[in-house]
Amino acid sequence: MQYLIPVLLFAALGVLAGVLLTVCSKVFAVKVDERLEQLQEALPQINCGSCGYSGCNAYADAILNEGAPLNMCKPGGAESAGKLSEIMGVETEHPEQEVAFVRCSGNCNVTQHKYVYDGSQSCRASNRYYNGSKVCTSGCLGYGDCVEVCPSGAISIVDRIAKVDKNKCVGCGLCAKACPNSLIVIRRKSQKVDVGCKSTAIGKITHSVCENGCIGCRMCEKKCPNGAIKVENNFANIDYSKCDGCGQCAQACRLGVIKLT
Amino acid sequence: MGYILILVGTVLVNNIVLSQFMGICAFLGVSKQMKSSVGMGAAVIFVMVCAAVITYPIYKLLEHFEITYLKTVAFILVIAMFVQMVEMIIKKLMPPLYKALGIYLPLITTNCAVLGVTITNVDESYNIAQSVVNAFGTGVGFTLALLLFSGVRSRINDSKLPETFKGVPATLIAASIVSLSFMGFSGLI
Repeated sequence: MQYLIPVLLFAALGVLAGVLLTVCSKVFAVKVDERLEQLQEALPQINCGSCGYSGCNAYADAILNEGAPLNMCKPGGAESAGKLSEIMGVETEHPEQEVAFVRCSGNCNVTQHKYVYDGSQSCRASNRYYNGSKVCTSGCLGYGDCVEVCPSGAISIVDRIAKVDKNKCVGCGLCAKACPNSLIVIRRKSQKVDVGCKSTAIGKITHSVCENGCIGCRMCEKKCPNGAIKVENNFANIDYSKCDGCGQCAQACRLGVIKLT
Repeated sequence: MGYILILVGTVLVNNIVLSQFMGICAFLGVSKQMKSSVGMGAAVIFVMVCAAVITYPIYKLLEHFEITYLKTVAFILVIAMFVQMVEMIIKKLMPPLYKALGIYLPLITTNCAVLGVTITNVDESYNIAQSVVNAFGTGVGFTLALLLFSGVRSRINDSKLPETFKGVPATLIAASIVSLSFMGFSGLI
Protein backbone atom coordinates (compact mmCIF):
# COMPACT_ATOMS: atom_id res chain seq x y z
CA MET A 1 0.00 0.00 0.00
CA GLN A 2 2.79 2.44 0.84
CA TYR A 3 4.15 2.04 -2.68
CA LEU A 4 0.81 2.02 -4.41
CA ILE A 5 -0.50 5.35 -3.19
CA PRO A 6 2.41 7.49 -4.45
CA VAL A 7 2.41 5.70 -7.80
CA LEU A 8 -1.30 6.12 -8.24
CA LEU A 9 -1.19 9.72 -7.05
CA PHE A 10 1.55 10.64 -9.48
CA ALA A 11 -0.15 8.81 -12.31
CA ALA A 12 -3.30 10.75 -11.54
CA LEU A 13 -1.36 14.02 -11.40
CA GLY A 14 0.34 13.24 -14.70
CA VAL A 15 -2.91 12.35 -16.44
CA LEU A 16 -4.57 15.43 -15.01
CA ALA A 17 -1.71 17.62 -16.24
CA GLY A 18 -1.85 16.03 -19.68
CA VAL A 19 -5.60 16.48 -19.98
CA LEU A 20 -5.46 20.06 -18.73
CA LEU A 21 -2.69 21.02 -21.15
CA THR A 22 -4.44 19.38 -24.09
CA VAL A 23 -7.70 21.13 -23.30
CA CYS A 24 -5.88 24.42 -22.87
CA SER A 25 -4.01 24.12 -26.12
CA LYS A 26 -7.32 23.50 -27.91
CA VAL A 27 -9.31 26.19 -26.13
CA PHE A 28 -6.65 28.86 -26.16
CA ALA A 29 -5.18 28.09 -29.57
CA VAL A 30 -3.99 31.26 -31.29
CA LYS A 31 -4.21 31.29 -35.04
CA VAL A 32 -0.90 32.30 -36.53
CA ASP A 33 -0.85 33.23 -40.19
CA GLU A 34 1.45 30.67 -41.78
CA ARG A 35 2.83 33.35 -44.07
CA LEU A 36 4.35 35.05 -41.04
CA GLU A 37 6.78 32.22 -40.50
CA GLN A 38 7.65 32.15 -44.21
CA LEU A 39 8.26 35.90 -44.15
CA GLN A 40 10.50 35.55 -41.13
CA GLU A 41 12.49 32.87 -42.88
CA ALA A 42 12.89 35.01 -46.00
CA LEU A 43 14.51 37.77 -43.96
CA PRO A 44 18.18 37.49 -42.99
CA GLN A 45 17.46 37.49 -39.21
CA ILE A 46 20.38 39.70 -38.27
CA ASN A 47 18.01 42.24 -36.67
CA CYS A 48 19.98 45.28 -37.81
CA GLY A 49 16.93 47.54 -37.78
CA SER A 50 17.75 49.39 -41.00
CA CYS A 51 14.20 48.75 -42.26
CA GLY A 52 12.93 51.00 -39.50
CA TYR A 53 11.42 48.20 -37.41
CA SER A 54 12.88 46.76 -34.23
CA GLY A 55 13.97 43.53 -35.89
CA CYS A 56 13.36 41.05 -38.67
CA ASN A 57 10.33 39.51 -36.98
CA ALA A 58 8.80 42.91 -36.30
CA TYR A 59 9.28 43.78 -39.99
CA ALA A 60 7.66 40.50 -41.07
CA ASP A 61 4.76 41.29 -38.78
CA ALA A 62 4.47 44.80 -40.25
CA ILE A 63 4.43 43.44 -43.80
CA LEU A 64 1.59 41.13 -42.94
CA ASN A 65 -0.53 43.37 -40.74
CA GLU A 66 0.32 46.94 -41.67
CA GLY A 67 1.11 46.53 -45.34
CA ALA A 68 4.70 47.71 -45.00
CA PRO A 69 6.68 47.92 -48.26
CA LEU A 70 8.54 44.77 -49.21
CA ASN A 71 11.81 46.36 -50.27
CA MET A 72 12.94 47.82 -46.96
CA CYS A 73 15.44 45.11 -46.06
CA LYS A 74 18.90 46.34 -46.96
CA PRO A 75 21.01 43.33 -45.93
CA GLY A 76 18.68 40.91 -47.74
CA GLY A 77 18.61 43.13 -50.84
CA ALA A 78 17.11 41.76 -54.02
CA GLU A 79 17.09 38.19 -52.76
CA SER A 80 14.96 38.91 -49.70
CA ALA A 81 12.67 41.28 -51.58
CA GLY A 82 12.12 38.61 -54.22
CA LYS A 83 11.20 35.98 -51.66
CA LEU A 84 8.92 38.38 -49.79
CA SER A 85 7.05 39.37 -52.90
CA GLU A 86 6.68 35.69 -53.79
CA ILE A 87 5.12 34.93 -50.41
CA MET A 88 2.83 37.96 -50.43
CA GLY A 89 2.02 37.56 -54.13
CA VAL A 90 2.86 41.19 -54.87
CA GLU A 91 5.36 42.54 -57.37
CA THR A 92 7.97 44.85 -55.96
CA GLU A 93 10.98 46.76 -57.14
CA HIS A 94 14.02 46.00 -55.10
CA PRO A 95 16.65 48.56 -54.34
CA GLU A 96 20.23 48.10 -55.34
CA GLN A 97 22.55 46.62 -52.76
CA GLU A 98 24.27 49.27 -50.69
CA VAL A 99 27.60 49.20 -48.87
CA ALA A 100 29.32 51.29 -46.26
CA PHE A 101 32.44 53.31 -46.94
CA VAL A 102 34.75 54.94 -44.40
CA ARG A 103 35.62 58.47 -45.45
CA CYS A 104 39.09 58.59 -43.94
CA SER A 105 42.46 57.57 -45.34
CA GLY A 106 44.53 58.78 -42.41
CA ASN A 107 46.14 55.53 -41.40
CA CYS A 108 48.99 55.26 -38.91
CA ASN A 109 51.62 55.84 -41.63
CA VAL A 110 50.48 59.35 -42.47
CA THR A 111 48.92 60.80 -39.34
CA GLN A 112 49.95 60.85 -35.70
CA HIS A 113 48.20 60.55 -32.37
CA LYS A 114 48.63 63.58 -30.15
CA TYR A 115 48.49 61.66 -26.86
CA VAL A 116 48.62 58.09 -25.68
CA TYR A 117 45.06 57.05 -25.02
CA ASP A 118 44.74 54.31 -22.41
CA GLY A 119 41.08 54.60 -21.47
CA SER A 120 38.04 52.65 -22.55
CA GLN A 121 38.81 51.35 -26.03
CA SER A 122 36.01 53.06 -27.90
CA CYS A 123 35.94 55.94 -30.36
CA ARG A 124 33.05 57.55 -28.51
CA ALA A 125 34.99 57.61 -25.23
CA SER A 126 38.23 58.76 -26.82
CA ASN A 127 36.41 61.47 -28.73
CA ARG A 128 35.44 63.15 -25.46
CA TYR A 129 39.04 64.09 -24.76
CA TYR A 130 40.14 66.87 -27.12
CA ASN A 131 38.21 65.40 -30.09
CA GLY A 132 39.99 62.08 -29.84
CA SER A 133 43.60 61.06 -29.66
CA LYS A 134 44.27 61.62 -33.34
CA VAL A 135 45.99 64.79 -34.51
CA CYS A 136 43.32 65.15 -37.20
CA THR A 137 40.14 65.94 -35.27
CA SER A 138 37.76 64.65 -37.93
CA GLY A 139 39.54 61.41 -38.82
CA CYS A 140 38.87 57.78 -38.01
CA LEU A 141 39.95 57.11 -34.43
CA GLY A 142 40.35 53.41 -35.03
CA TYR A 143 38.99 52.06 -31.72
CA GLY A 144 36.39 50.11 -33.61
CA ASP A 145 32.96 51.25 -32.45
CA CYS A 146 31.80 50.40 -35.96
CA VAL A 147 33.44 46.96 -35.79
CA GLU A 148 31.43 46.20 -32.69
CA VAL A 149 28.02 47.04 -34.12
CA CYS A 150 28.56 45.42 -37.52
CA PRO A 151 26.22 42.41 -37.73
CA SER A 152 28.09 40.80 -40.60
CA GLY A 153 31.69 41.20 -39.44
CA ALA A 154 32.56 43.29 -42.50
CA ILE A 155 34.60 45.97 -40.77
CA SER A 156 38.14 45.55 -39.56
CA ILE A 157 40.76 47.97 -38.27
CA VAL A 158 43.68 48.08 -40.70
CA ASP A 159 46.59 50.40 -39.91
CA ARG A 160 44.45 52.01 -37.19
CA ILE A 161 41.60 53.02 -39.45
CA ALA A 162 38.35 51.19 -40.15
CA LYS A 163 38.09 49.33 -43.44
CA VAL A 164 34.90 47.86 -44.89
CA ASP A 165 34.97 44.55 -46.73
CA LYS A 166 32.51 45.25 -49.55
CA ASN A 167 31.75 41.60 -50.10
CA LYS A 168 30.67 41.07 -46.52
CA CYS A 169 28.94 44.43 -45.98
CA VAL A 170 25.16 44.26 -46.01
CA GLY A 171 24.55 48.02 -46.06
CA CYS A 172 22.47 48.19 -42.90
CA GLY A 173 24.02 51.50 -41.79
CA LEU A 174 24.53 50.62 -38.12
CA CYS A 175 28.20 51.60 -38.37
CA ALA A 176 27.28 55.01 -39.79
CA LYS A 177 25.23 55.65 -36.66
CA ALA A 178 27.98 54.39 -34.35
CA CYS A 179 30.77 56.58 -35.74
CA PRO A 180 31.19 59.69 -33.54
CA ASN A 181 32.76 61.58 -36.43
CA SER A 182 30.06 60.50 -38.92
CA LEU A 183 32.73 59.26 -41.30
CA ILE A 184 30.83 56.32 -42.72
CA VAL A 185 28.56 56.77 -45.71
CA ILE A 186 26.16 54.22 -47.14
CA ARG A 187 26.16 54.18 -50.91
CA ARG A 188 25.26 51.99 -53.88
CA LYS A 189 27.52 49.01 -54.38
CA SER A 190 28.04 49.69 -58.10
CA GLN A 191 29.36 53.16 -57.37
CA LYS A 192 33.00 53.42 -58.42
CA VAL A 193 34.44 56.48 -56.68
CA ASP A 194 34.86 57.37 -53.03
CA VAL A 195 36.24 60.41 -51.25
CA GLY A 196 38.58 59.24 -48.52
CA CYS A 197 38.52 62.32 -46.30
CA LYS A 198 36.08 64.45 -44.40
CA SER A 199 38.37 66.98 -42.76
CA THR A 200 36.69 70.35 -42.26
CA ALA A 201 39.93 72.19 -41.50
CA ILE A 202 41.41 74.43 -44.22
CA GLY A 203 43.69 72.77 -46.74
CA LYS A 204 46.94 73.84 -45.17
CA ILE A 205 46.09 72.51 -41.73
CA THR A 206 44.63 69.29 -43.10
CA HIS A 207 47.75 68.64 -45.12
CA SER A 208 50.02 69.36 -42.18
CA VAL A 209 48.35 66.70 -40.02
CA CYS A 210 47.63 64.08 -42.69
CA GLU A 211 49.26 63.52 -46.08
CA ASN A 212 46.16 61.74 -47.35
CA GLY A 213 43.72 64.49 -46.45
CA CYS A 214 41.51 66.46 -48.82
CA ILE A 215 42.74 70.05 -49.10
CA GLY A 216 39.68 71.30 -50.93
CA CYS A 217 41.51 72.31 -54.14
CA ARG A 218 38.34 71.87 -56.20
CA MET A 219 40.09 70.06 -59.05
CA CYS A 220 37.55 67.25 -58.86
CA GLU A 221 34.69 69.71 -58.81
CA LYS A 222 35.92 71.28 -62.06
CA LYS A 223 36.57 67.96 -63.80
CA CYS A 224 33.30 66.26 -62.95
CA PRO A 225 31.13 66.22 -66.10
CA ASN A 226 27.92 65.67 -64.14
CA GLY A 227 28.36 68.32 -61.47
CA ALA A 228 28.13 65.63 -58.83
CA ILE A 229 31.04 66.85 -56.68
CA LYS A 230 30.80 69.86 -54.45
CA VAL A 231 33.59 71.07 -52.17
CA GLU A 232 31.95 72.28 -48.99
CA ASN A 233 33.59 72.84 -45.62
CA ASN A 234 36.98 72.18 -47.21
CA PHE A 235 36.34 68.63 -48.35
CA ALA A 236 34.90 67.08 -51.50
CA ASN A 237 31.44 65.61 -51.32
CA ILE A 238 30.03 63.32 -53.99
CA ASP A 239 26.32 63.41 -54.72
CA TYR A 240 25.83 59.78 -55.64
CA SER A 241 22.48 60.43 -57.26
CA LYS A 242 24.29 62.39 -60.01
CA CYS A 243 27.59 60.49 -60.17
CA ASP A 244 27.93 58.02 -63.02
CA GLY A 245 31.27 56.64 -61.91
CA CYS A 246 33.34 57.95 -64.83
CA GLY A 247 36.39 58.23 -62.58
CA GLN A 248 37.68 61.59 -63.93
CA CYS A 249 37.72 63.03 -60.42
CA ALA A 250 40.03 60.26 -59.23
CA GLN A 251 42.45 61.09 -62.04
CA ALA A 252 42.28 64.78 -61.25
CA CYS A 253 42.93 64.39 -57.54
CA ARG A 254 46.64 64.99 -56.97
CA LEU A 255 46.65 63.66 -53.41
CA GLY A 256 44.78 60.48 -54.25
CA VAL A 257 41.96 61.28 -51.82
CA ILE A 258 39.37 60.27 -54.37
CA LYS A 259 39.77 56.60 -55.08
CA LEU A 260 38.55 54.26 -57.76
CA THR A 261 37.30 51.03 -56.31
CA MET B 1 5.15 42.88 10.82
CA GLY B 2 5.92 39.26 10.09
CA TYR B 3 5.25 39.85 6.39
CA ILE B 4 7.59 42.82 6.25
CA LEU B 5 10.29 40.75 7.90
CA ILE B 6 9.80 38.02 5.31
CA LEU B 7 9.99 40.60 2.50
CA VAL B 8 13.17 42.24 3.78
CA GLY B 9 14.66 38.87 4.53
CA THR B 10 14.10 37.49 1.04
CA VAL B 11 14.94 40.61 -0.92
CA LEU B 12 18.11 41.62 0.90
CA VAL B 13 19.36 39.24 3.56
CA ASN B 14 18.76 35.87 1.98
CA ASN B 15 18.78 37.06 -1.61
CA ILE B 16 18.04 34.02 -3.72
CA VAL B 17 20.87 34.57 -6.17
CA LEU B 18 23.52 36.35 -4.17
CA SER B 19 23.19 34.55 -0.84
CA GLN B 20 21.58 31.23 -1.67
CA PHE B 21 23.19 30.73 -5.09
CA MET B 22 20.05 29.56 -6.84
CA GLY B 23 19.09 30.58 -10.35
CA ILE B 24 22.69 31.41 -11.28
CA CYS B 25 22.14 30.22 -14.85
CA ALA B 26 19.37 32.71 -15.53
CA PHE B 27 21.26 35.33 -13.52
CA LEU B 28 24.32 35.10 -15.76
CA GLY B 29 22.39 34.51 -18.96
CA VAL B 30 19.95 37.41 -18.91
CA SER B 31 21.89 40.12 -17.11
CA LYS B 32 23.62 41.32 -20.27
CA GLN B 33 21.12 44.11 -20.81
CA MET B 34 19.03 46.19 -18.46
CA LYS B 35 15.91 45.72 -20.60
CA SER B 36 15.94 41.95 -20.71
CA SER B 37 16.68 41.74 -17.00
CA VAL B 38 13.52 43.68 -16.23
CA GLY B 39 11.48 41.32 -18.43
CA MET B 40 13.08 38.30 -16.86
CA GLY B 41 12.55 39.68 -13.37
CA ALA B 42 8.86 40.28 -14.02
CA ALA B 43 8.47 36.74 -15.35
CA VAL B 44 10.26 35.28 -12.33
CA ILE B 45 8.10 37.21 -9.85
CA PHE B 46 4.99 36.06 -11.70
CA VAL B 47 6.00 32.40 -11.86
CA MET B 48 7.20 32.30 -8.25
CA VAL B 49 3.96 33.72 -6.86
CA CYS B 50 1.92 31.31 -8.99
CA ALA B 51 4.12 28.41 -7.93
CA ALA B 52 3.74 29.29 -4.25
CA VAL B 53 -0.04 29.37 -4.58
CA ILE B 54 -0.32 26.16 -6.55
CA THR B 55 2.12 24.06 -4.55
CA TYR B 56 0.40 24.86 -1.28
CA PRO B 57 -2.63 22.56 -1.81
CA ILE B 58 -0.35 19.99 -3.44
CA TYR B 59 1.76 19.82 -0.32
CA LYS B 60 -1.37 19.45 1.81
CA LEU B 61 -2.33 16.54 -0.44
CA LEU B 62 1.10 14.93 -0.02
CA GLU B 63 0.90 15.45 3.73
CA HIS B 64 -2.48 13.74 3.79
CA PHE B 65 -1.02 10.62 2.15
CA GLU B 66 2.19 10.96 4.20
CA ILE B 67 4.45 11.01 1.17
CA THR B 68 6.02 14.43 1.65
CA TYR B 69 9.42 13.02 0.65
CA LEU B 70 8.13 13.18 -2.94
CA LYS B 71 7.54 16.90 -2.79
CA THR B 72 10.39 17.80 -5.17
CA VAL B 73 9.04 15.64 -7.98
CA ALA B 74 5.47 16.71 -7.39
CA PHE B 75 6.38 20.39 -7.30
CA ILE B 76 8.39 20.26 -10.51
CA LEU B 77 5.58 18.48 -12.30
CA VAL B 78 2.92 20.86 -11.09
CA ILE B 79 4.91 24.04 -11.66
CA ALA B 80 5.97 23.03 -15.17
CA MET B 81 2.43 22.12 -16.13
CA PHE B 82 1.00 25.24 -14.60
CA VAL B 83 3.42 27.60 -16.32
CA GLN B 84 2.80 25.94 -19.68
CA MET B 85 -0.91 26.43 -19.14
CA VAL B 86 -0.56 30.05 -18.07
CA GLU B 87 1.61 30.72 -21.10
CA MET B 88 -1.12 29.47 -23.43
CA ILE B 89 -3.78 31.46 -21.62
CA ILE B 90 -1.98 34.78 -21.67
CA LYS B 91 -0.94 34.22 -25.28
CA LYS B 92 -4.63 34.14 -26.14
CA LEU B 93 -6.05 36.65 -23.71
CA MET B 94 -3.25 39.15 -23.10
CA PRO B 95 -0.94 39.41 -26.14
CA PRO B 96 0.96 42.47 -24.82
CA LEU B 97 1.84 40.65 -21.57
CA TYR B 98 2.80 37.60 -23.61
CA LYS B 99 5.14 39.71 -25.71
CA ALA B 100 6.75 41.15 -22.60
CA LEU B 101 7.17 37.87 -20.74
CA GLY B 102 6.98 35.48 -23.69
CA ILE B 103 10.54 34.33 -24.19
CA TYR B 104 11.35 34.29 -20.49
CA LEU B 105 8.42 32.25 -19.25
CA PRO B 106 9.49 28.85 -20.61
CA LEU B 107 13.08 29.60 -19.56
CA ILE B 108 12.21 29.60 -15.88
CA THR B 109 9.59 26.87 -15.59
CA THR B 110 12.06 24.41 -14.17
CA ASN B 111 14.53 26.89 -12.74
CA CYS B 112 15.85 25.83 -9.34
CA ALA B 113 15.12 29.27 -7.90
CA VAL B 114 11.40 28.71 -8.43
CA LEU B 115 11.57 25.27 -6.87
CA GLY B 116 13.71 26.70 -4.09
CA VAL B 117 10.98 29.13 -3.07
CA THR B 118 8.36 26.42 -2.79
CA ILE B 119 10.70 24.20 -0.77
CA THR B 120 11.49 27.12 1.56
CA ASN B 121 7.77 27.68 2.04
CA VAL B 122 7.40 24.06 3.09
CA ASP B 123 10.50 24.02 5.30
CA GLU B 124 9.46 27.16 7.16
CA SER B 125 5.87 25.85 7.29
CA TYR B 126 4.47 29.15 6.04
CA ASN B 127 0.73 29.53 5.56
CA ILE B 128 -0.62 30.54 2.16
CA ALA B 129 -0.34 34.31 2.71
CA GLN B 130 3.20 34.02 4.05
CA SER B 131 4.10 31.77 1.12
CA VAL B 132 2.91 34.33 -1.38
CA VAL B 133 4.82 37.12 0.37
CA ASN B 134 7.92 34.95 0.50
CA ALA B 135 7.63 34.10 -3.20
CA PHE B 136 7.04 37.71 -4.16
CA GLY B 137 9.99 38.89 -2.09
CA THR B 138 12.25 36.26 -3.57
CA GLY B 139 11.22 37.30 -7.06
CA VAL B 140 11.89 40.94 -6.26
CA GLY B 141 15.28 39.93 -4.83
CA PHE B 142 16.07 38.08 -8.03
CA THR B 143 15.08 41.11 -10.11
CA LEU B 144 17.16 43.40 -7.91
CA ALA B 145 20.20 41.16 -8.29
CA LEU B 146 19.69 41.01 -12.08
CA LEU B 147 19.33 44.78 -12.39
CA LEU B 148 22.35 45.54 -10.25
CA PHE B 149 24.44 43.01 -12.05
CA SER B 150 23.44 44.20 -15.51
CA GLY B 151 24.87 47.58 -14.50
CA VAL B 152 28.08 45.93 -13.35
CA ARG B 153 28.31 43.96 -16.57
CA SER B 154 27.98 46.99 -18.79
CA ARG B 155 30.98 48.42 -16.93
CA ILE B 156 32.91 45.17 -17.41
CA ASN B 157 32.24 45.30 -21.14
CA ASP B 158 33.69 48.79 -21.34
CA SER B 159 36.84 48.02 -19.43
CA LYS B 160 40.17 46.71 -20.58
CA LEU B 161 40.72 43.20 -19.27
CA PRO B 162 43.55 40.72 -19.63
CA GLU B 163 42.72 38.24 -22.37
CA THR B 164 42.33 35.31 -19.96
CA PHE B 165 39.69 37.08 -17.88
CA LYS B 166 37.47 38.21 -20.75
CA GLY B 167 33.91 36.90 -20.80
CA VAL B 168 32.76 34.35 -18.26
CA PRO B 169 35.69 34.51 -15.78
CA ALA B 170 35.35 38.26 -15.27
CA THR B 171 31.57 37.88 -14.98
CA LEU B 172 31.87 35.20 -12.32
CA ILE B 173 34.40 37.20 -10.31
CA ALA B 174 32.17 40.27 -10.51
CA ALA B 175 29.20 38.15 -9.41
CA SER B 176 31.09 36.95 -6.37
CA ILE B 177 32.02 40.50 -5.42
CA VAL B 178 28.41 41.66 -5.76
CA SER B 179 27.46 38.65 -3.64
CA LEU B 180 30.02 39.68 -1.00
CA SER B 181 28.48 43.13 -0.86
CA PHE B 182 25.10 41.56 -0.10
CA MET B 183 26.66 39.79 2.88
CA GLY B 184 26.61 43.24 4.50
CA PHE B 185 22.86 42.86 4.95
CA SER B 186 23.26 39.74 7.05
CA GLY B 187 22.82 41.50 10.40
CA LEU B 188 19.65 43.29 9.31
CA ILE B 189 17.10 40.93 10.87
